[in-house]
Amino acid sequence: MLTRILCLIALLFAGATIVLAMPSQTQAFDDPVMEKRYQSLIKELRCPKCQNQNLADSNSQIAVDLRNEVYDMLNQGKADMEITSYMVDRYGEFVLYRPKVNQLTYILWFGPAVILFIGVVIVVIAARRKAASKKELSLSAEQQQQLDEILKEKD
Amino acid sequence: MGKVIRFLPLIVFIALGAVLYRGLFLKPQELPSALVGKSVPAFSLPGLKNAERVLTPADLSGDIVLLNVWATWCPSCRYEHPYLLDLAKSGQVSLYGLNYKDERQAALKWLDDLGDPYLLNVFDEAGRLGLDLGVYAAPETFVIDHHGIIRKRFAGPIDAKVWQQEFAPLVKTIRQEQARGE
Repeated sequence: MLTRILCLIALLFAGATIVLAMPSQTQAFDDPVMEKRYQSLIKELRCPKCQNQNLADSNSQIAVDLRNEVYDMLNQGKADMEITSYMVDRYGEFVLYRPKVNQLTYILWFGPAVILFIGVVIVVIAARRKAASKKELSLSAEQQQQLDEILKEKD
Repeated sequence: MGKVIRFLPLIVFIALGAVLYRGLFLKPQELPSALVGKSVPAFSLPGLKNAERVLTPADLSGDIVLLNVWATWCPSCRYEHPYLLDLAKSGQVSLYGLNYKDERQAALKWLDDLGDPYLLNVFDEAGRLGLDLGVYAAPETFVIDHHGIIRKRFAGPIDAKVWQQEFAPLVKTIRQEQARGE
């Protein structure tokens, strides 16, 4: 009996977790293309309240409102660009998960590539140095001859 | 060159440390508003007390206007309310309310019970004006200067300390601008 109750409790918790992980009712479209645009827009837009979530994942009141806003604007025939710039006008560049390329965001866009490039340069320089020092260590023909002679004498 | 490379890890470590240390004190919740430097977005919404009256940006008049976004469902609004009453009494600014996504009866009862610091309240039941203002929660407060330009947006409750740190310097600046006739 106890096990049964425990199982039931566990199931309830599992159910609750699933419910919590799902955003409350997102809108549905008849047109699959619109549906796709809607889904990609709410994934690209950041929730202003819960900053590490996008609109699709967040359940905060403002995320629900903004999802509805995206839905309405799509139904009004607005272009994706118009919808994102509408959001930027109100909430700033911040709402875009992929920030636009401008002076403020150069470091975000190109920083990793620059760091990778510097890393590659360092590795190449280090490798060359190693090769060069190996060369210095090898003997010239004359030295090799001397060495051979010494070794022969020893025998 | 060799010496620089030898110290490179230390230099990188210090630089990274500095960046991360600074990051500890950043407040990502304090988003700059996209509206700072722009005028109040157009709206025409009913008043809270007088539902017949249609309010527009022109109704938010005064030298320095403080537009406070509040709602009865917002616990922090209750926390800041006593300070707003003090602020209204001090007469430094014209305090207006934006009752955001709320129920009229609950909001009216709130003002009856706790006191009404506002000259007027805009009743934004659907949150349209809130959306145009880029509001993402309550309370938020906007400072609007004598030209009707939004100068500041502050998210979170106001108390005496916040007022001194965040608002008082700006109010002073605007007063100086007015004195210079700007």
